[in-house]
Amino acid sequence: MMRIALPLGLALGLLATAPAMAIDTTRLPIKDGNFSFEGPFGTYDRGALQRGFQVYKEVCSACHALNHIAFHNLDEAGGPGFSEAQAKAIAAGYKIPAEPNDKGEIFDDKGNRLTRPGILADYFPAPFPNDNAARANNNSALPPDLSMIVKAREGGENYVYSILTGFHQTPPKGFTVTANKYYNPYFEGWNISMPPPLTANGVSYSDGTKATIEQEAHDVATFLAWASDPKMEERKQMGLSVLIFLVVLAGVLFAAYRKVWADAH
Amino acid sequence: MSGQSTYTPKSGLEKWIDQRLPLPRLMHDTMQTFPTPRNLNIWYTFGGILTFCLAVQIITGIVLAMHYVANADMAFDSVERIMRDVNYGWLIRYIHANGASMFFLAVYIHMFRGLYYGSYKAPRELIWIIGVLIYLLMMATAFFGYVLPWGQMSFWGATVITNLFSAIPVVGTHIATWLWGDFAVGDATLNRFFSLHYLVPFIIAGVVGLHIWALHVPGNNNPLGIDVKSPQDTVPFHPYYTVKDAFYLCLFVIIFAGFVFYAPNFFGNPDNYQQANPLVTPPDIVPEWYLLPFYAMLRSIPNKLMGVLVMGGAIATLVFIPWLDTSRVRSCRFRPLMKQFFWAFAVSAVILGYCGAQSVDAAIAGIPLVWVARLCSIYYYAFFWLIMPIVGLIETPKKLPASIAQSVLGASAAAAAE
Amino acid sequence: MTATTDDATRRDFLYVASGAMAAVGAAAAAWPFIDQMNPSAAVLAMASTEVDLSPIAVGQQVVVKWRGHPLFVRRRSPAEIASAKAVDVASLPDPLARNANLPDNAAATDADRAIKPEWLVLIGVCTHLGCTPTVSQPSAPEGEYGGWLCHCHGSQYDTAGRIRKGPAPQNLAVPPYSFLSDTRIKVG
Repeated sequence: MMRIALPLGLALGLLATAPAMAIDTTRLPIKDGNFSFEGPFGTYDRGALQRGFQVYKEVCSACHALNHIAFHNLDEAGGPGFSEAQAKAIAAGYKIPAEPNDKGEIFDDKGNRLTRPGILADYFPAPFPNDNAARANNNSALPPDLSMIVKAREGGENYVYSILTGFHQTPPKGFTVTANKYYNPYFEGWNISMPPPLTANGVSYSDGTKATIEQEAHDVATFLAWASDPKMEERKQMGLSVLIFLVVLAGVLFAAYRKVWADAH
Repeated sequence: MSGQSTYTPKSGLEKWIDQRLPLPRLMHDTMQTFPTPRNLNIWYTFGGILTFCLAVQIITGIVLAMHYVANADMAFDSVERIMRDVNYGWLIRYIHANGASMFFLAVYIHMFRGLYYGSYKAPRELIWIIGVLIYLLMMATAFFGYVLPWGQMSFWGATVITNLFSAIPVVGTHIATWLWGDFAVGDATLNRFFSLHYLVPFIIAGVVGLHIWALHVPGNNNPLGIDVKSPQDTVPFHPYYTVKDAFYLCLFVIIFAGFVFYAPNFFGNPDNYQQANPLVTPPDIVPEWYLLPFYAMLRSIPNKLMGVLVMGGAIATLVFIPWLDTSRVRSCRFRPLMKQFFWAFAVSAVILGYCGAQSVDAAIAGIPLVWVARLCSIYYYAFFWLIMPIVGLIETPKKLPASIAQSVLGASAAAAAE
Repeated sequence: MTATTDDATRRDFLYVASGAMAAVGAAAAAWPFIDQMNPSAAVLAMASTEVDLSPIAVGQQVVVKWRGHPLFVRRRSPAEIASAKAVDVASLPDPLARNANLPDNAAATDADRAIKPEWLVLIGVCTHLGCTPTVSQPSAPEGEYGGWLCHCHGSQYDTAGRIRKGPAPQNLAVPPYSFLSDTRIKVG
């Protein structure tokens, strides 16, 4: 009896103490955001770019910088399509840290940084003066600069779209969300430091489009794709001309090649 | 092959120049009348394509250097300025970055052509060895160049590869410090890598000159692997091979343009669009695709020094190939047994490349990739050190044709032409 | 096998056609490499500067950076305007206006040196060898003409920025500018 009971008891005891199977927290495959600019003939949707800019300005820019975009990029071809006057007005709405005044000061009497209105040549100002300040304001997490984010992440705009629409889900049983983090299964490890940034109607679009979370995410991902690759439309157009030229040239060269070699065989 | 020059200057000016600097004569003899086997196929066009690639990289590189700033604080931003602000900067940068990949694609095809047709065999051993030197210089140039954008992969790739030198016993850490100019990869490293990246392509250009000069002594090999026996076996380089090379170059440029304009980041790694951060290591550090097979070999050996030696030995092995292959027959077209080992080698090189791209603990169907890499590394060494010597001795080659002309024109035509 | 004349013509045509196409392609490919040396978008964004005129007091000069050069914006007093108007243009070493807003042959009358007489906008680069001239104030005169004195080699400019004495060959240049409002100009 003991010869069965003891080993059996040990085995059952072991089973009882065995930890639950570790959950695989690999991120989910990214969603397809059906973006207009994908593919060899894709172009940016101007409306989406302008709405996306509004989302960036009103929501994301509180924590995320856009260091490589200058205000004059807003009126360039292949971009959001603002006029120069509109871009100037947008620039003027921002406070840019000013150069030293005649007394050599850069702070006012109360210790605030002196500022001046932005001009077209200025770049979007960062929300925090340095990384440490950014971390201090975000539970030690560093919100990355967004000017290259679509090129800097595997999956590009669809990854950004998946993350932004991947919040507000219930984590599976057995998965604990770390303190100060949020559950998002599209992020590797499922614990993302960014709180859900988008809310339905969080932005009121001037063109009347309904601001669902999916719409806002789609528009801001389009805008960020443009920020990462402002020359995309020019690149694809030039590509078409170049390839057509090269194919015709290849045809001519092939004919010449056949002609030259005709008498060699 | 090198022989009497057939150049006769036609005008007074040509005569005057020819007496003082026989450059037109050189051009005429090497690129116009040079007798070239009449049966060269598409795989023989890659030498010309490589020269084009080198020229493109040098021109785009010099232009990029007008805007790039080699300083750790400014390098990443200067590349973004090129992409966004410099007129056509995005185009020149994408040509340069994708050009490096196209350069290596062409060089691998060129090398495999040499292996298949026995172009490394006597009397062309030195052409092959000079070629290995060019390949080494290309890898060094590409490595230095990838560091320059100062992205996460730039920085950490540089860290991993320069740390390899610390594997050398006794002097290793001193060498690594000396390479870095600092206690780790940093601004000092970046600046010297920029200087070297600018320099080495011109060394490559000079060595390519030696490569072509050495080639022009015996003349080109050909897919049959048999020597040129009479003038009927050859055609003048111009117009036959100038037009053929031009056509295939055009096809190559079409593929090149496809990447530049429609998939410019296909060969790249998204992590390199993030600025270098010495405090954060990316989850997977990978070099560019053309270095992956050697990277896989390095990682498959658990011992640091042995890994370096295995990887270095794999490249050094290439130098000995002319003497490792014992076959009397050059071309694999007539070597039925060797041909199969050759293709197995090509496949194992691709598998090694795949292994190099995956993370260290990856597995396929339960088999850890590190064991696949070990197997392929063993095959790599076995192919050169065992298979090449042994197969050459035991294989029965197929019957070689009497001459190139006979093979191309047919026996009666060849006889009639004589 | 000899080529027929037709073959030869067709072959020549193909050679010419491929050669011409390759040449066109090469020229088109060369353009980006030439154009990349032209001022980049970042440089062009700084090509225009706007200057706020409201803080400038009468008789005061403000120096701003424009396209890498110092730009003089001077609010002239009525006395300075009058003395500039009183000068006989024919007696000037440089009788031309050197004003980018006017044709090249405009004369160096005071009216042709400023859009509004009260505001003088000049590129602050001495036309001799490029130094920055010092502005003359009634309390601290520089030179004899109440305008500017270049300390490098002694060129003297009047209250309309015209060269009066010294080695400089031309009047100080007037850049392209316009008034956006009474208190704001856009230069460049």
